[in-house]
This record gives sequence, structure tokens and C-alpha cells, in this order.
Amino acid sequence: MSRLTDEQFYALAAKRILILDGAMGTMIQRHKLEEEDYRGKEFADWHCDIKGNNDLLSITQPDIIYDIHCQYLEAGADIIETNSFNATTIAMADYDMEAQSRDINLAAARLARRAADEFTAKTPEKPRFVAGVLGPTNRTASISPDVNDPGKRNVTFDQLVEAYTESCEALIEGGSDIILIETIFDTLNAKAAAFAVETVFEKLGFRLPVMISGTITDASGRTLSGQTAEAFYYSLRHIKPVSFGLNCALGPDLLRQYVDEISTVSECLVSAHPNAGLPNEFGEYDMEGPEMASHLKEWAGSGLVNIVGGCCGSTPQHIRDLANAVAGVTPRAVPAFEPKMRLSGLEPFVH
Amino acid sequence: MSAEFSNFINIGERTNVTGSAVFKRLILNGDYEAALDVARQQVENGAQIIDINMDEAMLDSVSAMTTFLNLIASEPDISRVPIMIDSSKWEVIEAGLKCVQGKAIVNSISLKEGEAPFLYQARLIKRYGAATVVMAFDETGQADTQARKVEICQRSYKLLVEKLGFPPEDIIFDPNIFAVATGIEEHNNYAVDFIEATRVIRKTCPYAHVSGGLSNISFSFRGNNPVREAMHSVFLYHAIRAGLDMAIVNAGQLEVYDEIPKELRDAVEDVILNRHDDATDKLLELAPKYQGDGKTVVKEDLAWRELPVNKRLEHALVKGITDFIEEDTEAARQAADKPLHVIEGPLMDGMNVVGDLFGEGKMFLPQVVKSARVMKKAVAYLQPYIEAEKSEGQKSNGKILLATVKGDVHDIGKNIVGVVLQCNNFEVIDMGVMVPCASILQRAKEEDVDMIGLSGLITPSLDEMVHVAKEMERLNFDLPLLIGGATTSKAHTAVKIEQHYHAPVVYVPNASRAVGVCQKLLNAQSRAEFAEQLSKEYDIVRDQHARKQPRSKPVSLQQARDNAHVPDFSTAPVTPKKLGVTPVSVALETLRNYIDWTPFFLTWSLAGKYPRILTDEVVGEQAQSLFDDANAMLDKVIADQSLQAKGVIGLFPANRQDDDVVVYADETRTETLGIAHHLRQQTDKPKGANYCLSDFVAPVGSGIKDYIGAFAVTGGIGEDELAAAYEANGDDYNAIMVKAVADRLAEAFAEYLHEQVRKHYWGYAPDESLSNDDLIREKYQGIRPAPGYAACPEHTEKQLIWDLLNAEANTGMKLTESYAMWPGASVSGWYFAHPEARYFAVAKIQPDQVEDYANRKGWDIETAQRWLGPNLND
Repeated sequence: MSRLTDEQFYALAAKRILILDGAMGTMIQRHKLEEEDYRGKEFADWHCDIKGNNDLLSITQPDIIYDIHCQYLEAGADIIETNSFNATTIAMADYDMEAQSRDINLAAARLARRAADEFTAKTPEKPRFVAGVLGPTNRTASISPDVNDPGKRNVTFDQLVEAYTESCEALIEGGSDIILIETIFDTLNAKAAAFAVETVFEKLGFRLPVMISGTITDASGRTLSGQTAEAFYYSLRHIKPVSFGLNCALGPDLLRQYVDEISTVSECLVSAHPNAGLPNEFGEYDMEGPEMASHLKEWAGSGLVNIVGGCCGSTPQHIRDLANAVAGVTPRAVPAFEPKMRLSGLEPFVH
Repeated sequence: MSAEFSNFINIGERTNVTGSAVFKRLILNGDYEAALDVARQQVENGAQIIDINMDEAMLDSVSAMTTFLNLIASEPDISRVPIMIDSSKWEVIEAGLKCVQGKAIVNSISLKEGEAPFLYQARLIKRYGAATVVMAFDETGQADTQARKVEICQRSYKLLVEKLGFPPEDIIFDPNIFAVATGIEEHNNYAVDFIEATRVIRKTCPYAHVSGGLSNISFSFRGNNPVREAMHSVFLYHAIRAGLDMAIVNAGQLEVYDEIPKELRDAVEDVILNRHDDATDKLLELAPKYQGDGKTVVKEDLAWRELPVNKRLEHALVKGITDFIEEDTEAARQAADKPLHVIEGPLMDGMNVVGDLFGEGKMFLPQVVKSARVMKKAVAYLQPYIEAEKSEGQKSNGKILLATVKGDVHDIGKNIVGVVLQCNNFEVIDMGVMVPCASILQRAKEEDVDMIGLSGLITPSLDEMVHVAKEMERLNFDLPLLIGGATTSKAHTAVKIEQHYHAPVVYVPNASRAVGVCQKLLNAQSRAEFAEQLSKEYDIVRDQHARKQPRSKPVSLQQARDNAHVPDFSTAPVTPKKLGVTPVSVALETLRNYIDWTPFFLTWSLAGKYPRILTDEVVGEQAQSLFDDANAMLDKVIADQSLQAKGVIGLFPANRQDDDVVVYADETRTETLGIAHHLRQQTDKPKGANYCLSDFVAPVGSGIKDYIGAFAVTGGIGEDELAAAYEANGDDYNAIMVKAVADRLAEAFAEYLHEQVRKHYWGYAPDESLSNDDLIREKYQGIRPAPGYAACPEHTEKQLIWDLLNAEANTGMKLTESYAMWPGASVSGWYFAHPEARYFAVAKIQPDQVEDYANRKGWDIETAQRWLGPNLND
């Protein structure tokens, strides 16, 4: 298959609301994997505990990951996300696995590629795509880790660019159609990711569509690093993403107003993949598929979104329900705006 | 205001080391805290973007830019606006771009070094996601004529848009504002060149913007601010019409075009528009007349007397002139139907002007307080007439009860808030200082107030505020509660106070915020909205607070003690020349020379170091006037002796017992007078010691005869009476001034006395000879830490000082139940003489030390936790 272009992506999205897959972590939890499962044959002798390193499963338990992809494709997902949320060298440092970062990203992309190709072959009228995921890392470039030293940082822009460059190259090499920078809570991290992605594209001599999805951390309506949704968009629109949206942290009920805010200002497609509600006292997400679908159907009907899916707590059943719910609903029309200088601090500033 | 003016963007220029001497000094001194204040002030003064420049030869500009931008990132009231990263060095720009999460502007790039580097930099700017300023500069030099400016900008535009696909709306041209009226004929047309080039650029480069550094234009009139401001206004007036849509300006310093005296405006306009050959000479001739403090001002002063009475009142209020206020008020009264109408009409109109100017950052706090004095005088004059008419009182905006909480005597800040609120037509009931919770709440009910404001300076006051909030909840109050004072903070309010009370609890960081907050709270709808917004903000603060990671690893008390500082005692400590207790009195004239003025200006919300603050571009005039008033106050209290300073010191044999210092009655070291309890730093110090003040005293059993000193001084005997007298006279300005001056005298006394102790009473440094500046910088041997501050943060230790010195009998100074000192203008502390003695902050301590401290003090754990609260982990 030839490389996906922005134009092709827009053309597809003009016809219908596209479906993104749901949570990977929730599905992995169902397998109740233990330390030795995580280690597999490949890392049987690893020197520290690695239980919980879900990204490593693309190497040690590829069948489980592949199967999860297939379940989401079966449920109707047009786009599946690679199992690489924590696969940057920075996040892998938790397990002393910086050196494995590239292999993990590569394996993640290849698994998703295989699953997507299989389903595209089955239903050629509904081509399936792989979004190579660049996660937020566990460090923040614009927030100090030390309250008494607000100028301190535990990661620099350059370190982030280096880590994201390595991940991005492997994700593309493994067959990603799209690069998805997601769950952004510190915009400066995402700017570093965007910088890395652009640099990789330049090096490769071609571009892939880029999707961006941020996280509004709580009811304040701001990212963790303090930006409003609109300011956040202005910080990242220079990479010319095909879609811009929000995911995680909030359930659909609380997320709606911020998706609305993005929808009002975004010159590209708008995506949303909320959590299945908020975690209950036991840390479980208990919003069922039909309820989540009814929310997203309303958003779609109100012309807010072009791409929908699920984040934490969502399952293939959620995706199936919401795919059915938005089927036939006209996608949001992408507006055109007068060229203006759109700057931002924590707040937007348009001139 | 026309659309083109409302679309004009002003970019704050003060955070620039090349343009602001104040900012440069702060950065060179590493005083980033104060540098942040400069940035904050600009945003508060209306800068929509702030320009940051660290190009200074003495500076590692990359690191300074990185540090400052990282710090700004944690200041939401600054970082809400976009940043302009200003440097002539690409590596500084790039370092800056790596620190900002928002979409910033680069200032600047140009064709100076040719197309290749220009395109290289622009491509990266695009990738970093920023807009950019492009200077009209090319391989042959900086453009000065209209034709060159246009040519370079058009060429740059074409390269950027066509070669790189750079968004045209993200290009800002700076066609170079150069100085005019320099006396050099070729410069005469510079402003016209800029204005006309702007017109063409905006027309031929769609969506691009034009900006410039405004202050250049008036460079030749440095030192004459009125003329400079006039030149800026006139230039902007014409340039904006031609399409200038942004500029780097000092937002607080722009004269209104219409308000420039016609004579000056015409002369300036001739220069800017180059209307005739001798325009510069004409302006030069006229300029001295408008020089800031020249005689013209006096002449101008009298000119306003010709205005109609309402305008005269407004002028008097805005300028704070009391000289004619009774005469004018009388004239207004005769013209009005009822005396009350004078208040409701011209006086309130005038105060509204004051309020607006203050809100826009065009007036400073001391000016507003002076306006209030004028207002009060006018109202006092009218009062008998109003009484005679038995008319109803003036309808106020709302009734606000203010009090400094139980145990605390500090009230300067609270008084300033009270005055500012009164200026804005709020009725203020000020219950004064040391007000118990029950009295506050009872009075609030009796007077049916609209809200309660609590103030406090010492740390125990924070607990008292929590108590008041809990009581208000228990007693079913629904009034908003305002929290202010030096130790209060948004974090404390959010984490400790707000959740105990259902109605709005608002942290008010300074007096200028008080009015806005009160207005919002008084209207039911805006109160609800504000309350909701607040509770969201507090949620964020609480969340951030909960997320805080401990700064560094705590260590056990034993580990900390094992890592104590061990000073060198090989030279025997000097035996004090005069052991025992010595009351000291000193003339205020002497203390005057020891005053550290910098904090005085801070009291009045004017930031800057004395004496440079007196010539500061922004606040200099205000600072000078305030300084003059303070000195006049000093002259007065010295002459009539209405204010007095009293102090007492004591020097005693002493030795360290673990973290305590045992104070002995005499050299036999057998009878103990008391034990001073100190706290030890308890975080991991891989490179240094875990300090405790006791470390600086030789241990018991070492055989070394060591000593300790204690002191208590006040500059405020008589301050309350004096302040009350001024208040009774409607003169809040001087009421506050008296206390601010007394505060300075107390600090000066402490400094003076410490010097006397070093040179004479203890005499360990008999030959010391330091200037006042060096004294302020503490360039001497030994320290004088004060209980309640960083090195010995626990307040109850003052009691021992009081007992040792018999302080109340010797000076009249008292301690409240929260261990605040009365009078407010007081200082007390310990003397440590060891050459290695230094100041440090105890900071967070752990439960094992709390327990240990409780044992040493004979307290239960709960009591210890209460007094050590600020040093405990939450």
C-alpha cells in the first residue's frame, strides 16, 4: 500500500466520522499477567522487575497485543494505536530499558501493521490505518519537579527531541501510517515531539499525517502545564496536524466543553477519545459502552468531531457501540479562518 | 478609541537588560525574584506580550535566558501572556525557544549575514512553532530610508513565504525606529521614513505586521520624560494610522495624545513629521520648560486654579493636593442643592478617575493614599453641613470589616487596604489589631457587614485565620472572607482555610486587588461566578500542592546532628567587655543614618533598591516624593520627640548542650538563667552541614568560655498615638507613614546596636569600620537572628529574650499571646559572635525533631506541632 497522505486522510474523513480504537491497558489487564509473563523468553534474566511494562509485551507477548488490535479492528476501528505509549527512552528508564526503546517501538508498529493489513484485505472498502503513538513521557519540560526551585527541570527540550526522534523513526520503519502525539499534559514536551517528528520527516524526505491529542487534567479546563485548550492548540498548530483533539483524564460528560472549544478554533479535523467515565473508588472505569456512545453521538450530531475513540477503561464493546452510534452522522465541517497571528502564553492571544 | 488603536499591541520592554538599568542590575546580581516582579508589573500594567532580552557582555546570556524563562513558566500571572524572545545571538534565541510552551515571537532575524543563515534560522523558528520579527537589515547594513526599509522587508517576505512557506501572518517587520532631533540633519526624516515605509509594507506584504522599539525615537531627550512621552505619543499617533500594529513600549509611560499641551504637541509633531528645518531647534528650546521637576510645574500648578470647580476638585484628588480643598469644597457646596451632592457628584467623580487610573496602572499606591487624604478632608469639611441637614449618610458600595487577627499587631498593609477601599466608596470598619475572633464575628453581625477581611504578618496568625474560618462555618455565616498579609498565600488559603468555610474565601495578594475582589463579591451573580472560578483555582492549587515532591530527602534528627557544623574554636571566644543587661537609648538623629530604605519603598508597593529607586524611570518620581515625605516625618518626630526608640541588650556566659544553648548567670557557669531551644536543619545535605544556631556556641564540658547575646529594640514608642492622631484628622497617609517610618527606625536601631555590641559592649571587633551600605549587606562578623524568622522560626523563644532582658520593664515592649511584639515597630533576637556564624533557614523538620523539641520545651506533641506548623510537612 502506498504511503498515506494528508489529502487522502482528509478525503476519508470528509465522508464519515472515523473510529479510533480504545484502551490498550484495560485489555492487557484482563490477562492478569505476572512478572514472568512480562519477561517472556527474551528478558527472562532481566536485572530488575518489569511487571507493568506493557510496551514490552509487543516483544514478549506479541500474540496478546496482536489479538487486542484485532478485537478493536473487529469492533469497527479505522485507526489502531501502536502499543508504544511509554516506549520512549525517557519512559523506559524506569525499567533500565532505554536501549530497548527502538526495538519496542519497532515491534509495536509491526504488530499493528500486520493486524491492520489483515483487516484491510478482508474489507478493502474500509481501509485500516496504524497510528504510531508518541506518549507524553513521565517527565515535564516546563514544570519543576522541585517546588522550592521553580526554575529546575528534570528533562530538557533537547533530551526529549532525541528520545522522540528515536521512537518516531522506529514507528515509521515498523509501518505506521500516521504519527499520533497523545495524552499531552505538558505542551513543551509535545513541542519537542513535534520538532522531532518534523526533523525525522525531513530526513526521510516524506511526511506522514500527524494527529495531536492533549489532555485537560481536571475541571479547571487547562492542561497540567496550565494552558487553556485554545492556547494549547496555538502552541502546536505549526506542525499542521490532520487532527487535533483531546483524550484521557475526563469522561465524556466533563470533556465535552473543551472539545467544543477546540472545535471552534481548529482548522483541522477534531478528535476525541475520552475515558470510560472517571475511575470509581476501586480505580475501575464503569461507564458502559451505550452511555459513552450516547455522549459521542450527541457530539457528532452537534458537529464537534471528526474522529472518535476511547481512552482509559474503554473496550472493544465501547468502540463497537460508538461506531454504531456515529455511523451515518455527518462529520464536522472543517472551517477556514482568516490568517491571523495566533500566539499563546497560558492563554491565547490572536492578532 | 478607533479600531486601529484598539488593535494596537503593546509589548512590555522593561525585562530587557540592554534597555533597563534596573532589570540589568537584578539579573547581574542573580536576583531573579525581583526580576520576576518587573515582568509581573508589566503584565499588570497592560503589556500584552513581554519582551525578554539578556544580551549583556557580563552575562552567560544562554543560561540567563533559560533560567528566567523557566522561572516565568511557574508564574501564571506572567506566563499567561506570550513571550518575545529578544536577542541578537541565535544561540540565545534557540535556548529561549526550548523553554516556552506557548507560541512565542522571536526578536529578531534579518538578512544581515545573507540569505542562507536567514533561511536556516527561519526554518527552525517555524519548526519550534514561533512567529518572528524581521529587522530591516541586509548584507549592506541597516535600512534608514523609506526605500531601503521597504525593499528589505519585501525581499525578506518573499523569501520567507515563497521559499519556506512561512506563514505570512507570523512575520513582524521591524523597519527600525531611529532617533530624531539629534541635531544631525540626515536624521530629521527618520520618523517619516519609518511611517511611510510602514504604510507600503502593510499594503504589499499581506497579513504581515509592523512593529518597532518606540523609545529609540526620543533618545536625544534622555532625562526629559515629559518630552519623551510626548514624542512617543505623537509618533504612535501617526505610525499606527500608517499601519504600525505593535510596538515595544513602556506601557505605564505614555502620555495621552490629547493631553499633551498644544504648544509642546505642535513642536513635537513638527519634529516627528519633519515639517520644517528648524523643528529640532524649536523643540530643544521648549524642552527645558517641560523638564520633570522644573519651575514650569509650579506654574502649571497654578493654572489648574482657573478650571471650573468640579475640575479643580478632580485635579486636587488626582494630584493629592490638599492646599485648596476646603476652599474648593465650599465653592462646590454653594453651587450644589445639598452638601451630600458634592460628595456624590464631583468628589466621587474625581475618585472614580483616581480608581480608573490606579486600575490602569497609571497611578501608584502612594498617590492613591494621598488622594484619599484629600477626599477625607473634603468629606470632613462637609460633615457639619450634612449633619445640619440631617440627611441620610452617603450610600456606600458595601460595608467591609477589617481586622488584624488576635495575637498580631501588624497593620500597615491592612490600613493601606482600608484606605484604597474607602477611596472606592466602600464603608470600612477597621477593628484595628489583635482582634479576637469572637469580637470580629459579633461586630460583623451588629454592623451587618458585607464581608470580612483578615490580616496578619506573623506565622501564628495563619492558624488564627483558619480558626476564624471554622467559626464562621459553625455559626452559619455566609459572608465572604478575605485573607491578606505578608505570610498569607494563595496556597495556604487553598490548602488550609478555604475548605473549612462554604462561602467564598479569597486570598488578596495586595491592596490594588482588593477593590476588584470586593466589587465582584458584592453582586450576587458575579459573586457566584467568582466563587466558582475561585474554587476551581483553589482546586488546582491544592492539586499542585498535593503533587509537590519533597525538595530533598529528609534525614533523621540523629543523622542531622551527626552532620552538625563544627566551628573552629581554637581561638578562644572574646569575653564581652560588659556582661549582663544594659538598657540603651539613642537619639533618632543617629538612627536615621542607619536606615535601610529599600524595604520602606516595598511597604508602599514600589519595587527597587534605594537609592537608585529615586531615579527609576517608572517609579522614580513617586519614590522621591515618598522619600521626601518620610524625611519630613523624621524631621517632625525628631523635633517634637513624639516618637522614641528604646532598646535593651544582654550578654551572658553560655554553652551549647546538644541543640540548646544554656545561658548562665555569671562566669562560674553554675546558675542557669534560661535555656534557648534551637532547631536543626533536617534535609539531606550531601555537601554541607545540617545547621543549628547552637552550633556556633562552644559545647558544655569543652572548657571553652563562650557567650551569647540577646537584644530587643523598638522604634515605635508613640507610634500608635501619633497614627491615631493622624487618623482622627482624616490623614491616613501620614498615619501609615508614621508606622512605616517607625518600622525603619526599629530596624535601624537593631543594626546600630549590633554595631555597638561588636565594637564596644562585646567588643570582639573593636576596629570594625563599615559604611551603612556594608552594614545593610551584613559584611561583619557575627549574626543577629530573630525568633520567628528562618534560622530560629519558633516564636515562643522570644519569651526567653524578654525574661533575660527584663524587656518589658526596660523598654515598655510587650509580647502578645501569639508572641508578636508590641509596638509593631520592634525587633528582637540573639547575638552570635563566632566568625563562622551565618544565617540559614531551618526549613522543613521531621516528626522525630518535633518530639525531641516538645520534650526540650516541656510541651505535648500537639502544642509543638502548632508552634512548629510552618516548618512541618503538610
